[in-house]
Amino acid sequence: MKTVAENIALGAAARDKTEAVETPFERFRASFFASKVASVALVVLCSLIFVAVFAGFISPTNPYDLAQVSVLDSKLPPGAKSFEGTAFWLGTDGAGRDLLSAMIYGLRISLGVGVMSGIVAMIIGAAFGLIAAYFGGRTENIIMRIVDIQLSFPAILVALILLAILGKGVDKIIIALIIVQWAYYARTVRGSALVERNKEYIEAATCLAIGHRRILFRHLLPNCMPPLIVVGTLQTASAISLEATLSFLGVGLPVSEPSLGLLIANGFDYMLSGKYWISFFPGVALLITIVSINLVGDQLRDVLNPRLER
Amino acid sequence: MMTPQNAMLEVKDLTKNFVKRLDMAGKIAQRLGSNIREETVHAVDSVSFTIEKGEVVGLVGESGCGKSTLGRMIAGILPPTAGGISFKGVEFTAMTQEEGEAAALAIQMIFQDPFASLNPRMRVEDIIGEASVIHGMTDLKERSDYVGDMMERVGLGREYIRRYPHQFSGGQRQRIGIARALAVQPEFLVCDEAIAALDVSIQAQVINLFMDLREDLDLTYLFISHDLSVVEHISDRVVIMYLGRIVETAPTDELFDKPNHPYTTALLNEVPRLDQRGIEYEPVSGEIPSPLDPPPGCHFHPRCPHVTDRCTIEVPVLREIAPGRLSACHLNDQ
Ligand SMILES: Nc1ncnc2c1ncn2[C@@H]1O[C@H](COP(=O)(O)OP(=O)(O)O)[C@@H](O)[C@H]1O
Ligand code: SF4
Ligand SMILES: [Mg+2]
Repeated sequence: MKTVAENIALGAAARDKTEAVETPFERFRASFFASKVASVALVVLCSLIFVAVFAGFISPTNPYDLAQVSVLDSKLPPGAKSFEGTAFWLGTDGAGRDLLSAMIYGLRISLGVGVMSGIVAMIIGAAFGLIAAYFGGRTENIIMRIVDIQLSFPAILVALILLAILGKGVDKIIIALIIVQWAYYARTVRGSALVERNKEYIEAATCLAIGHRRILFRHLLPNCMPPLIVVGTLQTASAISLEATLSFLGVGLPVSEPSLGLLIANGFDYMLSGKYWISFFPGVALLITIVSINLVGDQLRDVLNPRLER
Repeated sequence: MMTPQNAMLEVKDLTKNFVKRLDMAGKIAQRLGSNIREETVHAVDSVSFTIEKGEVVGLVGESGCGKSTLGRMIAGILPPTAGGISFKGVEFTAMTQEEGEAAALAIQMIFQDPFASLNPRMRVEDIIGEASVIHGMTDLKERSDYVGDMMERVGLGREYIRRYPHQFSGGQRQRIGIARALAVQPEFLVCDEAIAALDVSIQAQVINLFMDLREDLDLTYLFISHDLSVVEHISDRVVIMYLGRIVETAPTDELFDKPNHPYTTALLNEVPRLDQRGIEYEPVSGEIPSPLDPPPGCHFHPRCPHVTDRCTIEVPVLREIAPGRLSACHLNDQ
């Protein structure tokens, strides 16, 4: 037999279940994890981010510390022991750096560059897209003409030209990626804001004399977030691969701060002499990173699809 | 008689045109000799009327005749193309910033779609309470009590305050929309097809709510509907619109007893009436003409059973045919 207290607790639990305030976020979370592939991709992505953030603690050696690097160890195959006896699990690169450590730091730079440029481009693009959709008229025409012109050129071409002007450096490549990307965000946000703007809740807010800025950022923007998040994820993946491409071409990052792309480029010379690992492992890491981001992004798109939203 | 001084709302020669501008392709096609042109919809065409304090005015017409556009201009959501709106004797355009804001808050709108009219990402507390905090009717500390009071006033339990719109039924959502409007302490409500999207069983409840609020809060209403039978029991006066123009206005019982305009007569024939059971059901015949290309003269002439040559050329003016009654039909000149 149950005690009175237990019965009360059961009753409260049952009531909580039916009365529980199901927030839009809770609904979103439940449908996201319905896909196994996406769940795994998210776990992989989170691990990669964790490794990148705590590179200093996780990495076996510091590849930038010249004191820890010996040319005698250069181009050792995976699993080989160093001159001093420590194992290089993934081998070493041309300069004798531990490849695993170089990849962890490279991942940090690749992800950092992609995420930083993605966030800034998203903020700039979203602001312009919202303003264009909300105010319309000349403002919209000017903003959208610039967006159209920018999007009519291939991203890699624009980035190459910008880097030719700006020069090398992490900050320079972030600036170039922001300039290349903001227009995608502006176009996405404008598209959804145009739909949302005509809904009656925006008219109601106007009627309640709520200021423009508040309507833009408290009412319009939150309802344009779903497509923005999707584009943000997928765009970050393409920013990372664009940075890798640019670094591979030798116009992105300085050799002192190698991203995954630059590691691939550095090892490429040794490919033909059978020392595959110097390019291969950074390539696999880049692939896993981009694929997992894309899988997460695709699932976000399915889950946040407004046509499926109840 | 109605004098502009004590009229709560006066609308004068109010006009709204929507111009569909040509895009680049259209402009090129036009250059090449295509007959594409900029299209202008005369959604509201020089409309004038007044509403007294405490009155309930029904605005009726077929879909697309400009009722919502007129309501939106009055509610300050849409700027007029021409003409003026005065609230308590002061023109909107002549108001100072503070007066304008006070008038904007005093005139609130209840929308048709109980789903699109509530921000899906806000909790009921924010939806109802946001504007009243901004405008100082309450403050953040008192907000949930204030919102709870508003919810009870419209027949919702205050325990639902933390919920999101999707957790309510259509009728409940419409009540949230009403509470949101009441929270800024309005004097005038524009109800645009406010019950059209609801189940028939719920329509009567919401209408009763409107009437109770009128008593309690001394509200004035412009009640927009495409259906005459909806406004019959709640309106003191009815305004009939056809393709952007007012064709008749009269006290409700007079309009139902003795409609003057042929269009009103046609609309009344669509309303199933107890005292006319057995009489042949006769819908308004013919299509509604496109507002892009309205017929010349009397807009109603292609569908009017009494049409004369004059009707196809000359626009009938809206004029007094009896005390308190206006109609725009050439038949009244004979
Ligand atoms: N934002 C708009 N842009 C262009 N045309 C519009 C717009 N709003 C309404 N219209 C046109 O104006 C006319 C009147 O519309 P509306 O006021 O919604 O009519 P009702 O509410 O009586 O059904 C319609 O022909 C409609 O297509
Ligand atoms: S003016 Fe002529 S066409 Fe228009 S309603 Fe009167 S009789 Fe009919
Ligand atoms: Mg309408």
